[in-house]
Parts: sequence; structure tokens; C-alpha cells
Amino acid sequence: MASKMEETYVHRKLEAHKPFSTKQFFLQWEWLLVLILIGVMVLNTLLSPYFLNVTSLRDATMIFLDKSFIVFPMAFIMIMREIDISVGSTVALSSVVMATAYNVLGMPMEVAVIICLLVGALCGLLNGLLITKFPELSAVIVTLATMILYRGIAYIILEDQASGNFPEWFGFFGWGYIFGVPFILIVFVIIAVVFGLLLHKTSFGRRVFAIGHNDVASKFSGVNVNRTKLIVYTLAGVMAALTAVFLASRMGSTRPNIANGYELDVIAMAALGGISTAGGKGRLIGTVIAIFIIGYLQYGLGLINIPSQTLMIIIGALLLFAVIVPKVKEMRR
Amino acid sequence: MSTSMMDETLPTNIEKKESKLAKIGQFREIGLLVFIVILVIAVQLRNSSFLTLENISDMATNTAILSILAVGMMLVLVTRGIDLSIGATLALSGMIVAQFVSNHSGTSPIVAILMGIGIGILCGLVIGGLVSYLGVLPIIATLAMMNIFRGLTYMVSNGKWISSYQMPESFVGIATSKLLGVNTLIIIALIVYAFAIYFIGHTRTGRQIYAVGSNPESAKVTGISEKKVFIIVYTLMGGLSGLSGVLWVSKFASAQGDTATGYELSVIAACILGGVSIAGGAGKLSGVILGAFLIGILNNALPLLNVSPFWQKGIEGSIILAAVLLNVMVKRGVERNNLLKRRV
Amino acid sequence: MKKLFMLIVTSVLLLGVLAACSQGNSSGDSQKPSKDKEDDSGQKKYAFIFKNTGNPYGEKMMDGFEEAIKELDGEAILRAPDQPTAEAQIQIIEQLITQKVDSITIAGNDPDALQPALTKAMDAGIKVISVDSAVNAKSRITHVNQADPEAIGRVQIEAISEMIGGKGQIAILSATSQATNQNLWIEYMQKELEKDEYKDIELVKVAYGDDLRDKSVSETEALLKTYPKLKGIIAPTTVGIAAAGKVLTDKGLKGKVMLTGLGLPSEMASYIESGVCPWMYLWNPIDVGYAAGYTASALVKGDIEGKVGDKFEAGRTGAKEVVEDGDGTQIMLGEPFKFEKSNIAEWKEVY
Repeated sequence: MASKMEETYVHRKLEAHKPFSTKQFFLQWEWLLVLILIGVMVLNTLLSPYFLNVTSLRDATMIFLDKSFIVFPMAFIMIMREIDISVGSTVALSSVVMATAYNVLGMPMEVAVIICLLVGALCGLLNGLLITKFPELSAVIVTLATMILYRGIAYIILEDQASGNFPEWFGFFGWGYIFGVPFILIVFVIIAVVFGLLLHKTSFGRRVFAIGHNDVASKFSGVNVNRTKLIVYTLAGVMAALTAVFLASRMGSTRPNIANGYELDVIAMAALGGISTAGGKGRLIGTVIAIFIIGYLQYGLGLINIPSQTLMIIIGALLLFAVIVPKVKEMRR
Repeated sequence: MSTSMMDETLPTNIEKKESKLAKIGQFREIGLLVFIVILVIAVQLRNSSFLTLENISDMATNTAILSILAVGMMLVLVTRGIDLSIGATLALSGMIVAQFVSNHSGTSPIVAILMGIGIGILCGLVIGGLVSYLGVLPIIATLAMMNIFRGLTYMVSNGKWISSYQMPESFVGIATSKLLGVNTLIIIALIVYAFAIYFIGHTRTGRQIYAVGSNPESAKVTGISEKKVFIIVYTLMGGLSGLSGVLWVSKFASAQGDTATGYELSVIAACILGGVSIAGGAGKLSGVILGAFLIGILNNALPLLNVSPFWQKGIEGSIILAAVLLNVMVKRGVERNNLLKRRV
Repeated sequence: MKKLFMLIVTSVLLLGVLAACSQGNSSGDSQKPSKDKEDDSGQKKYAFIFKNTGNPYGEKMMDGFEEAIKELDGEAILRAPDQPTAEAQIQIIEQLITQKVDSITIAGNDPDALQPALTKAMDAGIKVISVDSAVNAKSRITHVNQADPEAIGRVQIEAISEMIGGKGQIAILSATSQATNQNLWIEYMQKELEKDEYKDIELVKVAYGDDLRDKSVSETEALLKTYPKLKGIIAPTTVGIAAAGKVLTDKGLKGKVMLTGLGLPSEMASYIESGVCPWMYLWNPIDVGYAAGYTASALVKGDIEGKVGDKFEAGRTGAKEVVEDGDGTQIMLGEPFKFEKSNIAEWKEVY
């Protein structure tokens, strides 16, 4: 009886235990993503004469990469079978504090940027503390409450005002190039590599996977589950603050209502990238491809002026398609 | 890991666990109730018009739709799922029904309501099918369908909107009429609660939902079809969203593409305030209704208190966090007491 | 081999789905009337970005814009993000710059946050104007103003004063606390109230319904309870005034609490006919979009430069002149239009 059950219900979990089959499974997954990406590129090229050229492809990355920083720590969180829906509000709060530090408190912009990152870290740390100190509460509850709270604080600070007038050099984050490559793309690559190494090449990353597989078992085998969670949530806060820096630079000002709904976009990107919310699985390269799929799809279809409601349907369908295909294959086997 | 879980679910253990859970469940609601009473007293001290019959009736009317959705969401959360698409389902059903009644002004309100429920059930079936037969994770399936349903709403409406003058009196009357001095919305909500009490407590399927939620593996072993449960839960949620769509459009006498955007978060907040565990298996109807009422009280009281609009969100977040943490504290206290008793 | 085959099949399937979506759309959607024409036919491309999709008021404005551009034999590109945020509008602006449109007309979700993106567009030779909700003077060439904000504030105070007999408590139900248009109008209302003739009118509260139906209803109910002597409500936002009209109707407060403000005739028709809201104001969003289309065209053709004193013909809306507006310039479309029992029946069918 038990073996039958394992075969059907815990099928996927078991699969993850066998290194060989896991590898194959993911190999397929990422290949599928690559194919979808190629499909998107071909489609866009056919549909719009403006899509396929270096400037266009390059500048498009400046549009969609801002929220991508959060996708990596979100992937860590989802691998641990948790979720963080407060990241959009963290973006708003940290950017508002940064603008206030610069405009009202008269601090130099460099200091304000550091404060912004600190505020993000603090928001993430608070999420982590609440989640680890109150294990009865699921991450959804905690981050739902802090989502409202962080944005609420942002409203209290700035009320109905926008805050901007940043120094000239600050615009470089969102608009600058280094040797013709957008600055944000360079930062993105660095962060992707760092997080990729962290997840797949360090003992920290192995702990994240272990917690995702079975947090009780990992606790007994000596993994400091709480500390790992704290670090990951803090990282999510810091990355949200980094997004805040780029977003504020791009808009030249900030308001308490920015980055509304970013959390769902980020979760969608991670899920498309093959990070399973059932925990314990996922490779970061998949999320990188997924970020580019969604980004270029939105950009390309925007170039032929698809109405946004159609775009919503297409993105929804793509997300479903990407998660259903492996299931169908699994079932056929 | 799976074998240890199996051991845990031997019949004797189940009994013990359930009786303990029931106790905690009761105490948890008391914690929430105390919190609500304190909040109500505090608000009443600052604005004496809070506890008037009129305001209580307004509050109940405004909370009715939220609490109807919360009942469905509770069942979804109990099976360890989540449904982010309810706001979009609500808008889609509301829009289609509003278009229909504006063209057929003779439509009976009952037909309109049934139509809304039907559309909602269709939406719910799609999600249920995705979750059960294709094994898509609920958060992803509903996130995707949220996009799709919302997009469909815009397409169906084709950039137009339905205004109050296009709706027949009888349709708008669904939300404004009174039965025995009580607003129809409240009565519909009460019917939904009654149905839910019967369904959860007195039907096989209702118990199966909890069994799947608290321990999917053992539920499977005991012969409960997980797929069936998922389909039922999401279809119910869809049906309730469809119903709410009609009520919403009737209450506000307006149907637009962006109806109830983001409403799902309020509903989920009401559920978790009411003690439904996202980890599945636990959730009581009384708790969820209390949770919905706490959200309703907040929405009603913050404007009455003359709080600066910029502080409203911050206060709302703090209160939700405080209520959730208080619940945990109370629960821990109860558990400690139980343990002490056992030792004696 | 089998897996490879599966992959190929799935990706072809996906391509098919995507192509079907986009194809079905470009042929069947009224939003892109001239898509079937060739891109380099010499037709000028005029883009319009509204705040968000599914907004009735915006849909009508886009209709007017499209009508004007058709008359001028241009290609109208109508865009709106699914959420009313500046971030989403920036994405659309970038896409339009890549498409090398000739002009962008935008109803901004934020007066300042679009500045870097719109400056980039202007540097690329695109004529940028704002309409309805202005963006700051540095990020536009000129602004098409639906009506003088001073007049909008003034007429609403005059209306409520007449309705309540020049005496008593009034409240304002606005959109979000961040809405620049509403905040400006409320400022002018408060200025107007300082006049001696309104000394008996007391503005007790400015409430914010966030342009959400449920919140606007709660806020209206709270106003009625907190201020039992309240005699009038001004709601300078289409969602707010409809919600307030519904509450006053349901509570049977017709004639006891007066309602006026800015609303869509179709949404307000039942309340104006019943007398809950004796009369209210709005401009014609179709005309606003239409005039914006002619303004964009005049700029693209070089007839005007957006400087004070420039004059041009805006089709059926007549001659327009560019006037000063703080640091920038604007084109004023006239006084807000009054909707009352006698004319609501004809207008409720229009928008």
C-alpha cells in the first residue's frame, strides 16, 4: 500500500531524490524555456520591424529588469516552500525613505542609497523574524500583514507628495550605459551569477534545498533552519531595495504608491522559471530565462500595440502552458 | 519521511489530535472576539455613532459580500490551496450578468443570480480541473486564470460599462431590498453560512475536504479522492465568486472592467485573521466570519474616526498584524495549559 | 527522440497560440484601425496613452482622439496599461519610442515620474503633450486642459451653495489622496469658500474613496454618520459621485443631503432624474480627446510650437490658442458643461 502511494502521490518528491533523473528533468525544463524564448523572439521579429535590432533589444532590458532582482531571493524563498508578498511594499517604503533622507534630512545621495538598502534589509529581517519566531503562522499571513504595514508607513512619511530632484548622477542607475551595455543589465548579470553560485555551489544553497525538502528533517540533521530563513528573507528585502534604487532613478522621483503588484509579477517569473512552490526544487538559470521570456514578450507585443487586456490573457496562458507541459509528460510516462 | 507520517495518522492518533484541535479552535476564536470587542469599545468611545443600529446594519451589508467569499476561500485554504482569481471571476460574472439584464430588462433577479453562479461555477471548474487533473499548483493556476478572467472581462465589456439607468429596478433591488427589516445581502450571506455549516459538518464531502487538508497522504489511503475534493472546492469558490459578482454589481449599480481588483487579498486576510491555516486542515466557519467582520469593522471605523487618510493603511496593517500575533499568543497559552493538565 | 519530438510539438503549439492571439487581435480589434496599412506609407503615427484600461472616461477620450486622427489621415495608436501606474506607462513610452511614433499624447498617472521617459521621447524628436492629468512642464511641450481648474472648483462651490441655500455643512468626497487633478480642484474650492458670500458654509471634511466603489460607499456612509447635520456633498470624481448617489438613494436622503460634482452622465442619469443630484458638471471627454488629437497634429506638422500665443484650428471644436500655465503652456477647452434633468436623457446615451 505504502509503496503504491509513494509511487503516485510522492512521485515528484522521490524523483528529486534520484540525482540522475532530477538532472534530466531539469534539463528538459530549461530546454523548453529556451525554446519558448526563441519562439518569442521569432514571433516578435515577424510581427514588428522594430524588434530585432541591437538598440531595441538592449533598451528593452532596461524596462523589464528592475523587478528581476527580487526574482532570485523569491526563488530561494519558494524553494523553502514559503512566499513573500510584501516585496512590492518594501520597494515603496525603501525608496520613500531614500528620497526623504536626501530631500528632507539633507543627506548626501550616496548615504541615502545605503539607507535605502538598509531599510530594505530591515523590512526583510522583520519578515524573517516574525516567520521564525511564530512558526504557527504561515509566510503568507505574515507578509500579507507587513505588505499593508510597509506601504502604510510609506504613506505616513510622504503623504500625497512625490519626492525627487535627485542629483544628476543618480539617473545613471536607470538610464546609464557602460561601454554601450545598460548598467542595469550588468548589475543583473552580476547578481544572477552571485545568487546562482550561492544556491548551487555553496552549503548555504544546499541548506535552502534541504529545508524545502523537509524542514523538520533538516533541523534534526543540524541545519539552522531559522538562521537560513532569516538570511533569505533579509536578502529579499535588500533586493527589493535595489529595485527601489533603479526604479526611483528611472522615474526621477518616488511616491508611496510605486511598485504596486510587483509581488505577483515576481512570483509569476519564478514559477515560469521552474521554481516549484511545493518546495525543494528549481534552478536559477530557469528563472533567468523566464525573466527574459516575459520581458521580451511584453515588450515585443507592446511594439505592435496589443491592448493590455489581450496581453494579460497571453501572459496567463503562457504561465499555464509552461506548468502544464511537464505534467502532461509526467503523466504519459 | 512518508513512513513517519503514516504512523502519525493511525486512527487513535487522529482522535486525540482532533479533540485537541477543536479546543484550540474554540479558544482561538475567543482571542479574536476579545480583540474585536476591545476595538469596538475603543471606536465607540471616539465616535458615538459607531454602535447605532443604522451603522451596524450598514457594516453588515458592506461586509456581506466579503464574508460570502471568505467562506469559499476558507475551504480552498483548508485543502492547502489558494485562489487569487476570485476578484477577476467576480468582475467577469458581474459584467456578463449586467450586460444580460440591461438587454433583457424583464429578467427575474433569481435568474440573474443563478446566471452569475453558473458563470462562476464554470470559472471554478476550469481552475479545479487545472489543479486536480493537471496537478498545477493552486497559486500558479489561479494567478494565471486571474490574468485570463480579467482580460476576458475587458474583452466582453469592449471598453463599455453598464450604468445604473441601464439596470432594471428589480436587479438593483437585489442589494437594496429588505426582508423582515433585514437587508437581502445579509440574508443571502446567512443562507450561505447555513449551507456551509451543513456542508462542512454534516456531509461526507465536507469532512473529506478537511481530511485531505490535514493529511493528504492518509486521506488518500483511506480512499478519499483528492481530485474530487479539489474540483468541488474550487467550483464552490467559483460559484460563490459568481454570486458575489451579481451582488456587487447590484449593490453599486455599476459594472466596469476593473471591478474588485485586488479584492482577493482582503478575502484572504479575513480568512487568516479568522484562524484558517494556510498549511491546510484547520479553519472554522465561525472564525472566518469573525475575521470578515474585523475587516468590515476596520473599513467602517477608520473613516468614522476621522483618521488621516495617509495613516489608514499603516493602522490597518498594524491591527491585522497585532490580531494575528495575539491569536498565536493565546493559542500558545492554551497549548501550554493543555500540556500541564496532561501531566497532572 | 520522443522527448525531442514532444518539445518541438509543444513549442509549435505555443507559437500557434501566440500568433492566433495577436492575429485575431490585429484584424478584429477596433483599437488599431490602420494596422492593415503599411507601416511606411508616410502616414504620421499619433500615440495616445491613457491612465489604465477599462476606464469608461478614458475609453471615450480615446474615441475622440481616434476620430480626430482619422480626420487628419493619420494612424492612431491607443494604449493604456492594465494598472494605473507610472511604471507601466514608462514601459509603453519606451515601446512607442522604439516604434518611432510622431507624437505621444498622455494622461499621466504621475506628474513627475514620467519626466525621464518623456524627455527621452522628446530628445528622439517625438512631440509630447499631456491631456486631462498634466505631467510637469519639463516633460511636455504643451498641455490640453479640459477646463480651467479655477472654474471647475468655482462652479462646484456655486452649485452646492445654491442647492443648500448658502448655509450649512458640506463635505468633499475625492478620489485618492494622491490624485493631482482632484487635489488642485479641491484647492480652488477651498479658495472659493473663503469668499464672503460663502461664510455660512462650513467644509467639514475631505474624504478619500480611492476611486474604489466599496471604499467610496464606506466613506460616504461615515460622512453621513459623523456629521448628522451635513447638507451637501461635492464629489469631483466619477466613481465617487456615483457611489455617493447610490448611498443617498438607498438611505432615502433625497432632498436632505444634496450631491454635486463631476460625473459621467450615463452613470449619474438615474440620480439626476430622481433628483438626488440636482445637477453636476463634466466636460465632454470625447471633445477633450478630439482637441488633443488636433493639437498633436498641429505640433507634428509644425503649425505651432507650443509657445504662448500660437493659434490653430481644432476641427469641430473651433479655434484654439496656447496660453500660459505656470512654467509651461496649455490649451484651454472652456467651461465645464452642466448636466441637469432637462439634458441628461440625451447625454446618457453618449457617454
